[in-house]
Amino acid sequence: MGMLKKMSKNTRSNLITYGIVIAAFLIMQTLITTGSISSLLEGLMVPLCIYVILAVSLNLVVGILGELSLGHAGFMCVGAFTSAFFSKCMRDVITSSLLRFFLALLIGIAVAAVFGLIIGIPVLRLKGDYLAIVTLAFGEIIKNLVNVLFIGRDSNGFHFSTKDVMDLNMEPDGTVLVNGPQGITGTPKDSTFLIGVILILITLFIVTNLINSRDGRAIMAIRDNRIAAESIGINVTKYKLMAFTISAALAGAAGVLYAHNLSTLTATTNNFGYNMSITILVFVVLGGIGNIRGSIIAAVILTLLPELLRGLSDYRMLIYAIVLIIMMLFNWAPKAIEWREKYFSFGKRKKEAVK
Amino acid sequence: MSFISYLINGLSLGSVYAIIALGYTMVYGIAKMLNFAHGDVIMIGAYVALLSMTQAGLSPLAAILIAVVVCTALGIVIERIAYKPLRNASSSLAVLITAIGVSYLLQNVALLLFGANAQSFQSVVKWGGLSLAGGSLKISGETVVTIIACIIIMIVLTFFVQKTKPGQAMRAVSEDKGAAQLMGINVNGTIALTFAIGSALAAVAGVLLCSSYPSLTPYTGAMPGIKAFVAAVFGGIGSIQGAFIGGLLLGIIEILGRAYISSQMADALVFAVLIIVLLVKPTGLLGKKIQEKV
Repeated sequence: MGMLKKMSKNTRSNLITYGIVIAAFLIMQTLITTGSISSLLEGLMVPLCIYVILAVSLNLVVGILGELSLGHAGFMCVGAFTSAFFSKCMRDVITSSLLRFFLALLIGIAVAAVFGLIIGIPVLRLKGDYLAIVTLAFGEIIKNLVNVLFIGRDSNGFHFSTKDVMDLNMEPDGTVLVNGPQGITGTPKDSTFLIGVILILITLFIVTNLINSRDGRAIMAIRDNRIAAESIGINVTKYKLMAFTISAALAGAAGVLYAHNLSTLTATTNNFGYNMSITILVFVVLGGIGNIRGSIIAAVILTLLPELLRGLSDYRMLIYAIVLIIMMLFNWAPKAIEWREKYFSFGKRKKEAVK
Repeated sequence: MSFISYLINGLSLGSVYAIIALGYTMVYGIAKMLNFAHGDVIMIGAYVALLSMTQAGLSPLAAILIAVVVCTALGIVIERIAYKPLRNASSSLAVLITAIGVSYLLQNVALLLFGANAQSFQSVVKWGGLSLAGGSLKISGETVVTIIACIIIMIVLTFFVQKTKPGQAMRAVSEDKGAAQLMGINVNGTIALTFAIGSALAAVAGVLLCSSYPSLTPYTGAMPGIKAFVAAVFGGIGSIQGAFIGGLLLGIIEILGRAYISSQMADALVFAVLIIVLLVKPTGLLGKKIQEKV
């Protein structure tokens, strides 16, 4: 305990977050090996990791940078498709699934980061809701482009088309790698729960270290008052881009995990469109804007909730919606907050705000 | 000839977007919130009109009227229960997420009540349409009615906002809520009125949309909702004329893009144009530039 006390408050808080993730992993892993949970729930473990990474990375933009992004799924889409493409090409060349996944991960992250940078430069010039709608637009464009992309390979090399398979003009020995709306099939299933949890820990490490660094403080200064930050010499564009690109790269990592968890990868509204971006945003806001641990907890609860409500079959999404509305009202309505403080203060001393 | 016919189809689709975007933009102007549930109100309006015609056997006009009444009531109830408590919340994102929750709620209620299968919508327009230039240019009745309805709505709404007392109250509230309250304006009432008008327009848009594209599912409203939102931003969110122009342009770009470039890429094209417009004019075509105060 002595050592814990010596550490700064931030480090302690971060260690607790890592501890929660590791403990949750150990418990779930034990339950899986002893066979005490359903295979349905077991299949949900990798998606759970994906959602947690997405929520934490989006929190970097929404909570720390203070800009609303509605196109986060687009970066995930980029990471997923580039890495799945790589893995499919290298399936027979690299036989070690771990090495192949690691290389795919690096490629997915790098390409997503490049997209984050390219999109971030114009987008971050805008403000507020205009910025939000442009991120949404980019997300939709990425999804649409992936759906018209055809790539094949034969003895002459790669062939590209945006029309259909026939337009690829391949030799008879050619194989279609990316098949437009049908996406990529036959990606090796390299994602595991353990890899997912390791990626969560790396994401947490990157994000929490960024927040507590000099760069992180500059980013938060921009969030709190852009003009004041600019006036003391903070390079606003650089730090905004930094947060946006890192967030995009981490979303790309989640995409890699996603692509290698499914044998068929397609881009639809539900997995890479605005529906997904909004789902991630719900995690972030419900967990507390800027609160990393909150994002993790919200992502886990809201992913498990529909599954736990499966017994209610048709009513489960209805209940999900109602729970979401009630939780938002309870968490954010000024009247509800007042009421909570009155009855649930439990001897907590109120902090007086410095005026 | 085919170009003119595409152009007219684009105008028709754009008119629907414009009517939806008017609802978006008015609500945004006054409550400073993106009402993500707006698209789903369209869907509810279309279902109500369809049921009134098929189940109750009412005339199209009566069906539209019922849809408008139901949606208006729905809009007021949603505002009262889900949005009003969060009006003074510390983050504007809170009400956005609640709107998403309401959107899920409406979709799933519709899913339970009407099922997931697409229902074919009966057109409310019984008129066959125009046949111009010796039959080489055909314009359907739905197209003509949609465009005329949009123009009428636009004129009435502009008159209402500019010339009437409640309209002036709306502008005052959107300008400065606190000052408006001090001048004796009923702020809560005005905001509720705005939601009522927006939802009534959504019902009309739903009926017109499904008359032209007669396939109705619980998710019908989602994509037109997003597109109309884009249209509202395109024209400068908060501006009624902007929503009108943005909606029309968006519809035309989408139909022409679908016809001449690629049907799968039409949506991407719409979004690309939006991005370019916003990069050149960061507050939309007719949006006001707000000076930042230090």
